[in-house]
Amino acid sequence: MLSRRILLPAAAALAVFVVLQTAISAELLNAYQITILTYACIFVTYALGLNVIYGYNGQFSLGHAAFYGIGAYASALVTKIVFQGNPLSFPLALAAGVATAAAIGYLIGLPILRLRSDYLGIATLGFGIMVKVLFDNADKVIPAMGGARGLTGIPKLTSFAWAFFAAAAAVILVRNLIYSSHGRAIVSVREDEIAADAMGINTTKYKTLAFVVGSGLAGLAGGLYAHLYVFLHPSNFDFLKSVDVLMVVVLGGLGSMTGTIIAAVGWVFLLEGLRIVLPQEFLDWRMVIYPLVMIIVMILRPRGLMGGIELGPLKPGKVVRRLKAALVPASGKEA
Amino acid sequence: MDLNAQIVYFLQQVINGIQLGSVYALIALGYTMVYGIVRLINFAHGDVFMVGAFAGFFAVSVLGLSFLPAIILAMIVSMVLGVTIERLAYRPLRRAPKIAALITAIGVSIFLEYFTSLNFVFGPNYRTFPRPFEVTSWNIGGVAISNILVIILGVSLFLVVALQLFVTRTKVGIAMRAVSFDHDAARLMGINVDTVISITFAIGSALAGAGGVLFAIAYPQVDPFMGIMPGLKAFVAAVLGGIGIIPGALLGSLIMGQAEVLTTGYVSSTLRDLVAFGILIIVLLVRPTGLLGKSGVEKV
Amino acid sequence: MAENVSSRSTVLATDGLTMYFGGLKAVQDVSVAVREGELVGIIGPNGAGKTTVFNLVTGIYKPTAGDIKLNGESITKLKPFEVTQRGVARTFQNIRLFPELTVLDNVRIAYHRNVHYGLLSAMVRWPSFNREEEQLTEKALDFLDVFGLADRHAEQAKNLPYGEQRRLEIARALATQPSLLLLDEPAAGMNPNEARRLMELINFIRERFHLSILLIEHQMRVVMGICERIYVMDFGELIAQGTPKEIQNNPKVIEAYLGKGVG
Repeated sequence: MLSRRILLPAAAALAVFVVLQTAISAELLNAYQITILTYACIFVTYALGLNVIYGYNGQFSLGHAAFYGIGAYASALVTKIVFQGNPLSFPLALAAGVATAAAIGYLIGLPILRLRSDYLGIATLGFGIMVKVLFDNADKVIPAMGGARGLTGIPKLTSFAWAFFAAAAAVILVRNLIYSSHGRAIVSVREDEIAADAMGINTTKYKTLAFVVGSGLAGLAGGLYAHLYVFLHPSNFDFLKSVDVLMVVVLGGLGSMTGTIIAAVGWVFLLEGLRIVLPQEFLDWRMVIYPLVMIIVMILRPRGLMGGIELGPLKPGKVVRRLKAALVPASGKEA
Repeated sequence: MDLNAQIVYFLQQVINGIQLGSVYALIALGYTMVYGIVRLINFAHGDVFMVGAFAGFFAVSVLGLSFLPAIILAMIVSMVLGVTIERLAYRPLRRAPKIAALITAIGVSIFLEYFTSLNFVFGPNYRTFPRPFEVTSWNIGGVAISNILVIILGVSLFLVVALQLFVTRTKVGIAMRAVSFDHDAARLMGINVDTVISITFAIGSALAGAGGVLFAIAYPQVDPFMGIMPGLKAFVAAVLGGIGIIPGALLGSLIMGQAEVLTTGYVSSTLRDLVAFGILIIVLLVRPTGLLGKSGVEKV
Repeated sequence: MAENVSSRSTVLATDGLTMYFGGLKAVQDVSVAVREGELVGIIGPNGAGKTTVFNLVTGIYKPTAGDIKLNGESITKLKPFEVTQRGVARTFQNIRLFPELTVLDNVRIAYHRNVHYGLLSAMVRWPSFNREEEQLTEKALDFLDVFGLADRHAEQAKNLPYGEQRRLEIARALATQPSLLLLDEPAAGMNPNEARRLMELINFIRERFHLSILLIEHQMRVVMGICERIYVMDFGELIAQGTPKEIQNNPKVIEAYLGKGVG
């Protein structure tokens, strides 16, 4: 049964979509504004992936951009080479991006997730830089990847609707995952890995799972990104892109989907909004103002904007007790 | 190439690697000291290095100073910058979650890069660093050894030894080590923890400033983003050697220098980061606490 | 109640358990056994190696030498979560709850290994998911009821008062549905009255859930009343074992505790 708690916000989200989509169809927004809205949705998906890895599972990653890039390149190659630009292939290309990013996430996650906190951060940072170098040199093996010249000629298939519904699907799936026994197992690792182990949780399995889910979401976002900007360059996926997303997840509040959504959209709008608000001669100040905002938010709210708090349908469900059993059945061993 | 030429080529690469590694070491020391004491990856450290390089640049090109005063000036400027950053950005977050300080460090880093890129500060472009002395080079059996190498090696060695003596022999150095073990215990023993942290940032930043000038002399250009990669690699070097350990930072830096230069010399310059970070990941997997780090059993 | 103990089957048996940290001897040649339904205590001064024995049994440390058998099968090489899945649950000396999670979620996590629904059915909220989730929530609340914590199920674990945190940790351990429960100083930090009530509760759950319990305690007094047998450790070695009466009069034990003002 879907409660009003779920239906109302879903209707509200749909209404937001209809309004924006109508505005786009009626050409009330220019191409640049549409791109920004679309990019904001992509960034939500991208950041949500890192929130699963770091916010919920507590595994520090400084290399999330690698999976964003892997998804972007993989899906772009599928569209360009395998389907020769056939637009019907777009879902398959996105799926390829997700699958490739998730598979590589699994392969790299297995060995490095044994590392703890900062050491894991450094290893993922190293992995991210290595992936970027591989993109830079990829044309020597796969000429179509373009190497340091970039990958061009990707058909523009990502519409606002695609990005919006992908983000919505990502939010719903992550929410459902987190509020399940598997999600609780993921979170228990963040809370106390030794205690989680002592509760019979296979911590290696759940660390890998969170890493794969997070990488897959980054891959999805990457595929959408590739088909939005139709040009990929290795520098789109460098260390700073890993930092951007980490910052968004932390500013939003670790382990808060609401916070991630607000911070991701806010971050895109802040950066692009400054472009509009600032007078021409002060445009260079954009990148000076934005880190200052970041520092001030951190000093004022060290646990992020939402600090683990959720709103509306992203809150955990209320526990209603049907019957008050006297005590646990005599044999506690029966399942 | 005949065998002899190959040996000379190899030795030349090794020499170049030592030169690069020595500069990394000066940056890595600041990283490792700060991490050892406040458990913070101070991402802004690479940018302190950059500001040090610019300070050296202006000291030489505008003030017309010679090498020694220029490097001392750069160290002082970096020191002041590092201490200021700690005071304004990190100290308010001392009791906050670690990640808040890390994000702030990244924020300070981006701020320094883009603020100094503004036209009225340093401007966004590359500038050639005017060397404060004539470059000469000695040929020893075909291997070229420049006075730049000698100076870099000399300055680095001097500073590393001075630092090691400072940390092990002086009262402040011992207090630093006490703080790195346990802030609260150190405080109870009457150590002013805030002062010790400030001193750590001061020393680390001054070393980065010196590193900046030496780097700019060896690879003669400066720009606002020059600190990112050397900063990252120096940090990786510190982790490689065992973070918080001074000889570890030195060892890690020399390995990073060799890895980079030898990859450039024998494979391809575009792949050098692949090798450098590949080594990092392998070392972390085999020895998670770094080459000289103590592996401990986690207390439950 | 202890008259036919020796006829019951052995649940846990360690054989010559030895653990060195570097050159440091933490545990040396420790052989302890717990039989079905028994409540056994390990006592000893601080640093005697009691907790290390727990960490060895639960697979957190791997022993330098020796073997650990659970119901006759060696569990020495198992990972911690596998040991738990075989039916060994534990609490920690310094309380390790999932602090940011609710009281209910702390217990539901412990119940995880009984969950049958898969990842996908959780992600798309398949009907079977909802059914099972409801059941496991009920079950978790039942466990909380035993410890008088059901009304606090929505509270964050870190916000509970100390005594309730201790009880929640035991409730959580029980939710893994163990046959053997290891309690590491459960009465630490409690006054004698609270400690006595907790021991009564422990005795109650032992019978209710058909548990065998191995309990570490620093203060001899606390365990005297309820343990059937007691092992005494000092400097990593077993120095005595027997019934509480025998232990109380053992000169070695008196020596180990002498001057510590305990007993």
